[in-house]
Formats: sequence, C-alpha cells, structure tokens
Amino acid sequence: MGKYYDMLMEDVRMREGMKACMNCGVCTAVCPAAEFYNYDPRQIVSTVQTKDDDAIETLLRSETIWYCGECMSCRPRCPRGNTPGYVIQALRTLSQKLGFFVESEKGRQQLALKRIIGGNILRTGYCLTPRLINPDMHQEQGPVWKWIYDNDKDVYSRFNPTYMQEGPGAMRRIDDKSMAELTRIFEVTGCMDFFDSIEESSDRKARELGFDGANDEYMMYTYTVNSGNHN
Amino acid sequence: MKRNTWQEYQKEVADDNYYYLRSCIRQNFFPGSEKAFVKIIRDELGRNIFDDPAHTSCTGIGYHSDIVLHETIMTVVARQFSLMQDAGLENAAVSCITSFGIYTEVLETWREFPEVEERIRENLYKATGREFYKPRNLAHTSDIIFHHREAIRDRAKYLLVNRRTGEPLRGVEHIGCHYAKIFPKEGIGGVEFPYVLAGMIEAWGGTVVDYPERRHCCGFGFRNYLVQANRGYSIGNSQKKLESMAPYKPDFILTNCPGCGMFLDKWQYTIAEIEGTTYGEDGKGIPVLTYEELAGLVLGYDPWELGLQMHQVDVEPLLNKMGIEYDPAAKYLMPNGKYIGRPAQAAVNMGVE
Repeated sequence: MGKYYDMLMEDVRMREGMKACMNCGVCTAVCPAAEFYNYDPRQIVSTVQTKDDDAIETLLRSETIWYCGECMSCRPRCPRGNTPGYVIQALRTLSQKLGFFVESEKGRQQLALKRIIGGNILRTGYCLTPRLINPDMHQEQGPVWKWIYDNDKDVYSRFNPTYMQEGPGAMRRIDDKSMAELTRIFEVTGCMDFFDSIEESSDRKARELGFDGANDEYMMYTYTVNSGNHN
Repeated sequence: MKRNTWQEYQKEVADDNYYYLRSCIRQNFFPGSEKAFVKIIRDELGRNIFDDPAHTSCTGIGYHSDIVLHETIMTVVARQFSLMQDAGLENAAVSCITSFGIYTEVLETWREFPEVEERIRENLYKATGREFYKPRNLAHTSDIIFHHREAIRDRAKYLLVNRRTGEPLRGVEHIGCHYAKIFPKEGIGGVEFPYVLAGMIEAWGGTVVDYPERRHCCGFGFRNYLVQANRGYSIGNSQKKLESMAPYKPDFILTNCPGCGMFLDKWQYTIAEIEGTTYGEDGKGIPVLTYEELAGLVLGYDPWELGLQMHQVDVEPLLNKMGIEYDPAAKYLMPNGKYIGRPAQAAVNMGVE
C-alpha cells in the first residue's frame, strides 16, 4: 500500500497541491469540467489521499483524470489550500509514464496531443502555427480563418515582414541555434524519452484494438472518436 | 472590506525597459495586437522594449495538455530568462496568460523548493551551456497597458463613448483563469476584484458591466479544445458565458488572454451556425477585442492595421458607436490594395458591403 502515492509525491506539484482535503466539494462546485462531464475533483483528491494502491491504479487507468481542463479555478477556492488541478497533472504524468493512459478513451488522446502539439514545438518552436490549424479539422474556426489560412503569407506579412523568415516579429522562423537548444532541453529533461514512451504504449494498444500499430489511422481514431459515455 | 481587499492586490509594474515574450496564440490569431503593443510602448510612450527573435514558445499549451514535462517547461522558462540576461534586461513582459501563469508558477516553485531551481540550473547548463538570473519584474502585457492607461488616455483620439448618445459604452471583461486564479497576488485586483481590464475601460471613457458568469472559464480547457472529440466542453462553457452576459447588452467583450478572445469570437460563429443564436444587437455577434486592439482604437490606429479583419465576429458595430473613421471596403484588402478574396459570409460576419 502506498507505492503509487509515493510515486506521485515525487512530483513537486503534489507537495504543493495536496495537503489535507476535508471533502467540502467547493472544487467540484466551481469546476467547468464537472458541469460538462460526469466528473468530481473532490472524489479524485479524496481517493488519492487514501494512499490505496488499487484505488489509485484504477484512477490512473480511468477516463476521469482526463476530463479536467486545467483552468485552475479550483485553486483559489479551496479552504485548505489544495489544488486539485495540480493533483490531476501529477496523475496524468504518472499514468503516461506507467503506460496506463491507453486504457481509457480520453487517455489514448495523448498520442494525438504528443504528435500535433509536441511535434510542432520540436519542428517550429511554437505550440501552434497557422499552417497547423487546418480548416478541415477546425470548422469552428469559421470562414474568416479559412480566408487567413488560404492567404497566410499575404495576411501575416501585413503585421510582420519576416513571417516564416528569421528576424523579430509575429510568427517568425526561429533560428537553428535556438531550435537546437530547445531540442536539447527536451532531451536533457527526459521529454524525448517521455514522447517515446507515449508512442510505445500507444502502439501496443493500437495493435490490441486491431490497428496496424500507432499509425495515422489510429491517431485520427483517438483524435475524433467520442463514445458519448462521458456526460 | 471590498475596498481593502482590492488595495491588497496591487502589484509593481516596471515603467520601462521590457523584454518582450510573445505568445503562440496571440501571434497566430492576433498578430496585429502584438505589433500594436510594441508600437504603443516604443513609439507612443517612448519606452524601451526588446523583441528578441531567439525566444521560443514557453511550451505551455503542451504542458497543460500534459505532454510536456514539468521539468522540461521549467528549463525552457530558464532559457527565456537567460536570453533576457543576454539582452541586459530585467523586466519580463509576457504576452500570454497561459505563459504568465507558468512564469509565476515556476518562480514560486523555485522560491518554495530551492532544490528544484538548482536542478533546473543544472539542466539548462547541461543542455545549452547557459546560466540565468530571474526577472526583477514580471508582468503580463495587459499589466503594462494598465500601468500606462492614463498616458494612453492623454493621447486618445477616440473614447469609449457612444458618439450618437454621449453615453459610455458598455464593456464586459474576461481576465482569463491563469491570470489570477493560480497566484492571485500576481494579478491587479487579485482573483476577487480583478481590475486590469476594468481599469482600462474606465480610464478610456467606458463602463464595465457585471454579469453572473463573469469569472467562469472561457472553455479552452487545453485538451478539451485541442482534441476534436472533446470540443463540446469548450463550446459549452463559452455558451454559458455568452448566455449570461447577453441580457446586459454589452457593446463589446474585452479579453486578457488571447485564447479566451479567440474562443469567445469563434464560438459565437459556431453557435450561430448550429442553433441560429446570436448574442449582439440586430442579430449580430458581440465584438471581441484584445486590450492592444482597444488601446489602438483609442489611439486612432486604423482598424485593419490592428488586424480586426481577422476576427470572425464583425467589429464594425463598435467602430460605428465610437465614431471611428475607417474604410469599410478596405477590410479584406492588402495595404497596397491587392485583392486576395474575402471570407464567405456568415451570421456573425457579413463581410464588406
């Protein structure tokens, strides 16, 4: 008893975010995710503080830890100074390190996030770039965004003559030396290994689900499918 | 009690010599806002600001999507501080609420757990050979506009006053969760009485409208928007805010966070297309502005030079109320008059007449 709890407590966010929950439920009352999903941050913190390995492993394999939007609305409201959002962050990191995230529909989406956002960071130095936001995948962005996307060089050059070129300004191309430093930071701090482990766990699960590995088809499956069993 | 609480949450904002840290989302969706910020600080106010091409994303969207490790983002932040040190500056000016939350969180983590700071210093040195000092002053760029709001008022060409009736225009403001909910003392007015945007609206002649869901999240929710299957969460939370503010008939929405601004703009379009519901006057949407855009309009900048044509919801109703002179036909033209097509028409976007 307590193995997973001890692993969680190695994360400094747990030491900051979980002191002693008295189960008042204020976090759940203000939580945007709790309004939308069948989700209860109070119950998650309550479970973690039992230190019960079976209960925590169930959480690490569950849908529920993936519902939080990390808005941190819970943080200023907790009368005990806990931050359920930090506890969620620690649970999600551990779930991915242990490969448990692939056991839930929402958890499996980490592969898409790793490839789309993580890949873009390592490719461009930005989380988002205009060419990443394809209108076909983002119909909610509307016709003005489609106009921008179709004419990006003209539109952005109005605000920055070095759009996608080296130099200062919005959406500039980040120089090779800076990109090499960023990549090296990801290597030294373990994020490249973390990315690899997301890929490996996803590949295993994809095959289990009948895909030919964690290919693009599987990634799109994780990105688009909603079973409708979350509300 | 109320007055005392607000007084408690005053923060020092540097007056000059800024190291500018751009935002992924603001650059993407509001590049004219970042251009206007630099222009206002440098040209209008005569302050020094360094726009460093070598800085990268803070990786915050990846961090809050839980694919970038805590250790990694802290080291990326340390590199930004190292670049600031290279530039000989000490005042970080952060253009993004997610980034601002992360910088404050990293500094607080290092204060509370000095061994973590030591480890990050080792990480950065091992990865890049760099060392760093911490900023003397850390401000969100809205804090800086707030700090200079009276100087902007002194140079105002237009005010937030209805040109036809003489009444103050009614603004609703949205400060963004990560501005003050993580570290209330780092936000002007804290989490209970945030004043950073309200202070701008009042200084520039408008009035701030309160509404029940004023502090509710815009609905970004990181993975809840970024993954297509989850977007119902995002639109559902934006809809809750829009439904709550609409009865108070705001003339505009002012946002602190570029993500919030983008969502409150784009989800108005989506809701109109799905349900036929619009929240502004005469079947239109409510214009959504960044604080740089609002400051730029007050200073008399051309709306299309500010990038207001990149919004999905038409801003013309606000421009007309303020009495701003602009060329409606130039909205989707390039500065040299080049025609590159125009967006398809939508309920909240009528395009050029």
